[in-house]
Amino acid sequence: MIEVKNISKQFNGTTILSNVTNSFEKGKVNLIIGGSGSGKTVLMKCMVGLYDVDNGSISFDGREFSGLTKKERKSIRSEIGMLFQGSALFDSMNVEENVMFPLTMLSEMQEEEKKERVNFCLNRVDLKNVNHLFPAEISGGMKKRVAIARAMAMNPKYLFCDEPNSGLDPKTSIIIDELIKEITYEYDMTTVINTHDMNSVLMMGDNIIFIYKGEKHWSGSAKDILNSGNNELEEFVFASKVMQDLRKQMRTN
Amino acid sequence: MRVLFHLGRYWLFLGGLFTRPENFTIYRRQVLLEMDSIGVGSIGIVSLVSVFMGAVITLQTAYNLVNPLVPLWAVGLVVRDSIIIEFSPTIIMLVLAGKVGSSIASEIGTMRVTEQIDALEIMGINPASFLVLPKMVAAILITPFVVLISMFVGITGGFVVGELTGNVPSADYIKGIQDQFLPFNVTFAMIKTVVFAFIITTVSSYHGYFTSGGALEVGQSSTRAVVYSSILILIFDYILTQLILI
Repeated sequence: MIEVKNISKQFNGTTILSNVTNSFEKGKVNLIIGGSGSGKTVLMKCMVGLYDVDNGSISFDGREFSGLTKKERKSIRSEIGMLFQGSALFDSMNVEENVMFPLTMLSEMQEEEKKERVNFCLNRVDLKNVNHLFPAEISGGMKKRVAIARAMAMNPKYLFCDEPNSGLDPKTSIIIDELIKEITYEYDMTTVINTHDMNSVLMMGDNIIFIYKGEKHWSGSAKDILNSGNNELEEFVFASKVMQDLRKQMRTN
Repeated sequence: MRVLFHLGRYWLFLGGLFTRPENFTIYRRQVLLEMDSIGVGSIGIVSLVSVFMGAVITLQTAYNLVNPLVPLWAVGLVVRDSIIIEFSPTIIMLVLAGKVGSSIASEIGTMRVTEQIDALEIMGINPASFLVLPKMVAAILITPFVVLISMFVGITGGFVVGELTGNVPSADYIKGIQDQFLPFNVTFAMIKTVVFAFIITTVSSYHGYFTSGGALEVGQSSTRAVVYSSILILIFDYILTQLILI
């Protein structure tokens, strides 16, 4: 479980996050939702230590993280996998080298073991015969899968995904969402996902928090979100035509 | 204030480079790859610049030596010392600041804006050390050889053009380049080269590392890297000459 308590963050005097408190549960898909510029990416970057928080604390299974130095954070970081919005694959390495990279840098594994693990991770994300292709030679959806395989390589306890289906077509988005959901349950990980895709929210939101103007406005599950009674959240949820039609249908039923 | 901010951040950045590498084998491999890219990849342009540099210095020196009391072999001596002391270590390193510096800044800058540096940090790898240290070590190890090649090619270029144009006969030129040779001048050139290699790699990496934004900012970082590296090379050229030669 990851706990954030009263975290705040400012950039150049502008408050981006204000007193956000939440628990992200183990073995569940925890979603952070909100509009563009609401502060959800900053919240995630604070949680993984890419930004230092101004106030508050972050702990991973009771281990304090926010107050630690970079060196002290290393042991917790080795348990974190992250999927970035743009995949963040290393351009100079092929698919196999990308997935193998954390194993080479941080583990004591022998070459054979590493290859075995890489192939296992690539198979798990349904990628075959792509080991020697470079990121520039594969599609956006494949890049996301490679990034998931790389995040999985070190067997993380915590998986962070920043808008995992941005830039993907609806079908590939669903595949990626399902994949994340499956590996979360399979490996009992604490998964935290940033998204503003309502399809993802309804499909995999075990726990959801809604961030509005840097504050936590609502929390609940996918079941509750359509009847939240929160004006800002309703505006966000029913912004698209499809969702508006769904609401109409719900009301007529 | 802005200068102080950058100076402070540059020092902190340098401090972050010298940490224990996570995996020596990978670092060693990276150093070799960078030596190939920075050194071997620059030999073509360095040779081209050097041969014309030597040729032009020879012609200009011959053109200016109109006093019948100054022997013609002095051209060889002037060309040799100009190339060894100044042209090869300084001009060639300025050329490398353009070629290598912009490449380093844009590579690291692109990694920054595409979150590849964040990915390294999340993995628990020191990105500054992993990305910059091999480049710095490689440049310090390989550029002295590049500059030595430049010296040889430059002096040879002078010899060829002197002979072809008939301005400096080969016997005079060879006598000139052998006369009053001070080996320390080569040592001095090597010291300058190492300092300039450090400046090019760290200043360019610094600008790339702290890029924020997108493609436009990567381009701006690349330009800044070349400009600041070049200015610092000229300043340190003066400082080193004053400290070591005078």
